[in-house]
Amino acid sequence: MKKIGILIEDRNGEIKTANYGVITAARGDDHELYAFVLDGSGERYKDELQEYGVHKVIDIYREDGKILWNPELWSLAVTDTMRHFGINTLFGLTSAQGRDVLPRVAASLEAPLVMDCINVNVADRTVKKSQFSGKVLATIRLSGQFSVYGIRPNAVEPEPAPCEAEMIPHHVPLSTGKMLIKEIRQPESAGIDLTEAEVIISGGRAMARAENFSMLQECAEVIGAAVGASRAAVDSGYAPHDMQVGQTGKTVSPKLYIACGISGSIQHFAGMKTSGVIVAINTDPDAPIFEKCDFGVVADLYEIVPLLTRQLKQALGN
Amino acid sequence: MSDNKIWLRRGWTMKIYVCVKHVPDSAANIIVREGNRFDESVKYVINPYDEIAVEEAVRVGEREGDSEVIAVTLGRGGAINTLRTALAMGADRGILIKTDTRPDSIITARALNAAIEQDGRPDIIFTGKESIDSEGMQTMYRLANALGMPAANNVVAFSVTGGQVTVECEIEAGARQVVEMGVPCLVGAGKGLNNPRYIKIPDVMKARRKHVDQIDLENFDFKRPSSSLEIIELQPALEKRQCHVLKGNPEDVVQQLVKLIREEGKVF
Repeated sequence: MKKIGILIEDRNGEIKTANYGVITAARGDDHELYAFVLDGSGERYKDELQEYGVHKVIDIYREDGKILWNPELWSLAVTDTMRHFGINTLFGLTSAQGRDVLPRVAASLEAPLVMDCINVNVADRTVKKSQFSGKVLATIRLSGQFSVYGIRPNAVEPEPAPCEAEMIPHHVPLSTGKMLIKEIRQPESAGIDLTEAEVIISGGRAMARAENFSMLQECAEVIGAAVGASRAAVDSGYAPHDMQVGQTGKTVSPKLYIACGISGSIQHFAGMKTSGVIVAINTDPDAPIFEKCDFGVVADLYEIVPLLTRQLKQALGN
Repeated sequence: MSDNKIWLRRGWTMKIYVCVKHVPDSAANIIVREGNRFDESVKYVINPYDEIAVEEAVRVGEREGDSEVIAVTLGRGGAINTLRTALAMGADRGILIKTDTRPDSIITARALNAAIEQDGRPDIIFTGKESIDSEGMQTMYRLANALGMPAANNVVAFSVTGGQVTVECEIEAGARQVVEMGVPCLVGAGKGLNNPRYIKIPDVMKARRKHVDQIDLENFDFKRPSSSLEIIELQPALEKRQCHVLKGNPEDVVQQLVKLIREEGKVF
C-alpha cells in the first residue's frame, strides 16, 4: 500500500468542500489515504472524510491542544506527521492556506512540488498544470524521495467512495517558530473566496463606478456567488485589487463565470478560462469575450443584471 | 527616522537583496514548439511581482540611508535586461547567474542561495510572490528555508522598526494576516504593496554604469539536489467553446439565460 497524506482545510469549523476533490484526486487502488486534521476536529470530520475514502484520520495536536493557524507551525506539524507515519506523498489545496503551507513542507523535505495541478497521475508521478496564465498546459514529472501536490480548487470533481476510517491521534512537539501571526483582519463585508467559489460574477471597465458593483453584489447574494473584477476595473479604481481575476490577479475555476462589461483581454481570460460555463454580457458584439464564452448576451449590463437578479430570485424561490 | 532604522550592527551597510525573474510579457502569445519548448522570441519583461519587490527594496534602502540594494537573477543572457530594469529603478548593483537551461525551482533556489551567501550577509530579501510564467509558487520558500530565514508571502503592507518586520499578507476573500518576524527575513511582494515607479531616461543611462557580477550556473559550486521537477511536455491550451448568442428582448434573454445556467452550470 502506498501511503498518501492529505492536508485538510476548514473554514469556520467545517471542512472546505474543495477538499473532497483533493481526496478524489489522491485516491488509487493501492493507496492508503491519511487525512491530516490540525484544527482539533478529527472526530467530528470522520464521517465526512470516510464517505470520500479516507482510511486514517490523523488528529494532529500539540501540548495545549489544536494547532492554531500559523503556516510555519502547520508545515512543521505536517512534516513531522509524514516522517512519523512513513508517508512520502502529500496532497493539499492550492488555496491561500495551501499556498503558504505546501511549499514550506516541500522546502524542508527537499521534495519536488507542483502547485495548481489540474490532474495528477500518482503512479507515474506526473501532473498537468497550466503555465503562462492558462496559455499553455504543461506536463511535469516529479522525482526524488517525496512528492507534494497542490490541487487547483474545483479542478477535480469530488466522488464519494465510502469506507471505514480509523482515528489516530498524533502529538507533535512544537516550539514558537520564527514568525508570529499577530491577527487576522477580516474585510468589512466578508465575501466568498474567489479562488474557491463555485459561481463568480465579474465586472469590467463598463462598470464605470465603484458604486455600481453593488448591483453585482446583489445578484451574487441571490446565487451564493463571489464578485470579481477585470484588471481594467481595478486599475480604474472601481474595485480593490484582491477582486482582480486574471494574470497578476486570481486564477479561478468556478462552475459558472458571468462576465459583465468585460471585453475579454488575454490577461483576463488567462485567469478564468478553466471555468465550467462562461456567460458574457457586453454591449459590443465584437468584444473578444464573445469568442471565448458559452452563452453571450449582447446588451447593456445595467439592464440585464437587475433582470437576472430578479429572475434568479424567482427561480430559486426566495 | 533614526529610531526607525532596522540596522542594528552600526557602522555596517544594510544589505537588501531582491530576486527577480525575466519572463515573457503577460500579453505575449506563447507558441508551443516540439516537446517541452516554446518560441522564446517574444517580448520579455521583469516579472510584475518582482517589479513590486524591487520598488519596495529601493524604498526601504532610501529610507534606511546606509544601505545597498542588490538585484539577483538566474536566467539566460537576456535576463540582464531585467537586472538593468531593477538597476534603473534604483538597485545599486546586480548578480546574474547565467544558464542556457531552464532550471526548476529547486535548483533555482539553491543557486540564488549560494550566490547571495557568497556575496554578503542579507538583512532582508525581497522577491515577488510568484512568477507569471512557470507559476511554481515555491522558489521564495525554498530560498528562505536554505538561508534559515522566516518568510511571508503575498505581502501587501510592509514596515520595519528596530529589527522587527511587520507585514500584512493577503489571504482569502480580502482577509489579511498580520505577521511579525525578526530580521533577517524574506518578503514575497504581492499586488497592492506599492506602485512601482516609472523609469526615466537618465535612470536607464545611470543603470548602464552600475556593476553586474556574472556567474556561470554550470560551473557554480553548490550542492546539487537529489529531487527535481522536469517539464516533459508543453501543449497549447485549446479553447473549445462555441458561443451561443441569446436573442430576444431583455426579459426573454434573461429567462433563457436563467434556464441555461441552471441546466448547464449545475450549481443551483
